[in-house]
Amino acid sequence: MRNTIVLFKRELAAYFTTPVAYVFICIFLLLCGILTFYLGGFYDRGEATLGPSFFEYHPILYILLIPAISMRLWAEERKQGTIELLMTLPVTLPQLVLSKFLASWAFAGIALALTFPLWLTVNYLGDPDNGVILASYLASWLMAGGYLAMGAFVSAITKNQVIAFVLSVIVCLLFLITGVPAVGDFLASVIPSDTVVDALRSFSFLSHFSSIARGVIDVRDLVFFASLIGVFLFMNAVMIELKKAD
Amino acid sequence: MGAMIEIKNLEKRFGDITAVAGVSFNVERGEVLGFLGPNGAGKSTTMKMLTGFLDPSGGAALVGGHDITADPLAAKRLLGYLPEGAPLYPDMTPESFLLFIAGIRGYSGDEARRRVADVVAKVSLQGVLRQPIETLSKGFKRRVGLAQAILHDPQVLVLDEPTDGLDPNQKHEVRALIRSMAKDKVIILSTHILEEVEALCTRVIIIAKGRMVIDCKPSELAARSKWHNAVRIDVEREDAQRVRSGLGEIHASAVEELESRNGCASYLVSTKDRRPIISEISQRAQAEKWKLDGLHVEHGRLDEVFRELTTVPN
Repeated sequence: MRNTIVLFKRELAAYFTTPVAYVFICIFLLLCGILTFYLGGFYDRGEATLGPSFFEYHPILYILLIPAISMRLWAEERKQGTIELLMTLPVTLPQLVLSKFLASWAFAGIALALTFPLWLTVNYLGDPDNGVILASYLASWLMAGGYLAMGAFVSAITKNQVIAFVLSVIVCLLFLITGVPAVGDFLASVIPSDTVVDALRSFSFLSHFSSIARGVIDVRDLVFFASLIGVFLFMNAVMIELKKAD
Repeated sequence: MGAMIEIKNLEKRFGDITAVAGVSFNVERGEVLGFLGPNGAGKSTTMKMLTGFLDPSGGAALVGGHDITADPLAAKRLLGYLPEGAPLYPDMTPESFLLFIAGIRGYSGDEARRRVADVVAKVSLQGVLRQPIETLSKGFKRRVGLAQAILHDPQVLVLDEPTDGLDPNQKHEVRALIRSMAKDKVIILSTHILEEVEALCTRVIIIAKGRMVIDCKPSELAARSKWHNAVRIDVEREDAQRVRSGLGEIHASAVEELESRNGCASYLVSTKDRRPIISEISQRAQAEKWKLDGLHVEHGRLDEVFRELTTVPN
């Protein structure tokens, strides 16, 4: 536990010792603003909500932005050779995997929390359902965690951060796209079995995200994200064990 | 209680390639073991297994009685390790990096700061504590790497090419530091520099193609040289002919003419059985009144022994 905290602190601080963190946060906030006010038509809606104008864009926004956080997690460590330093310290592999993931998730949380002016705005202009907004934030953060776990796993495969980024975008996209209605219909037309199509659909972040974002916190959705994160972190540890020496 | 380090028939295979093929040795407290071998001989791989970075394909490595694969945490607590090339986090400062290592080593608060201040003084990092590591010179980076390895005053210190790429002054400093810690620790260091082994180590192991080819004292290594106890003799050119024939009369010796320098002729006289012949030569020189410019006993050429041992004809 102690080790995990020490490692977590170093990882989180590492984001802020380089301009990466600040650049990322600026771009994230900028894109959030553009999407909400221009594409989302925040004012034109005339209703005090954040759902359709703000949170609805998160699944797509994260596909590009989350891999930018996760790409360095292991790829950089292996490229620099610091993985050898890290893994010969008296720490366990699960501690390493967990602390890296948690630090990246905390960082995503910080970026997400910095969108609070939108929440203030909507409260100033009207009388929104703050419970739903809170649930939406939770859903968005859980989804970020899912993407991050995938990205961390992909980052463990390669030494090259660019490859890690591109592969992560693709993997994240796969976990989103099955929930898009058009893709779902297409799958239904090529795959004869309904069960398989439903299973594929249920793997999409989209349905789980939107159900929590509506304010319905269903245990099944929480279990979905938690187990997905768990599975990818486990695969992450296995991959490091296999690849550390390369 | 067994030796501080026990390595038993350690093996490592990468696919079809055998990097380390059954290496066994023990190291006791107070020993400084020099680990020699050509590039790709398996030095680093052996060190990576000993420090728990790589899992052995066979055999075992024990640190202070703890098996590195069965009980890695206990073994790693006793170890300080400087990996090859001293990898560090380039964005961190030496201070934040060492405080991080102190945290992992179980120190916090004042104790952590005291430990960091201690090693910083030991390796002279005071001037660069708050600069990003990536802006530091190679010598400073290596010192940061050493500082993290010795921060917890480990009983076992494993250094993979600690002086590689440093200038002569920096090499000297690093060696002095290693020597100062040698007394109550086990130190294993790998190097390409043969003089370093003579200067630092109490014991040397040479490894070639994944196998140990020799395990002895550095002086014994030199004694294996065919030049061991050979005598180098410099005489003035005018006297060269006379001396050359005089040398030829020494029993069972071979005389080799060396490159001459500043007007002198130089010969290297050696015997097959490597017996000391310096007194024999000096007596003859006095008796025959040779015009000598220099007379040296060779202790053996390590590089030649090294080459002989590591390029065994198949």
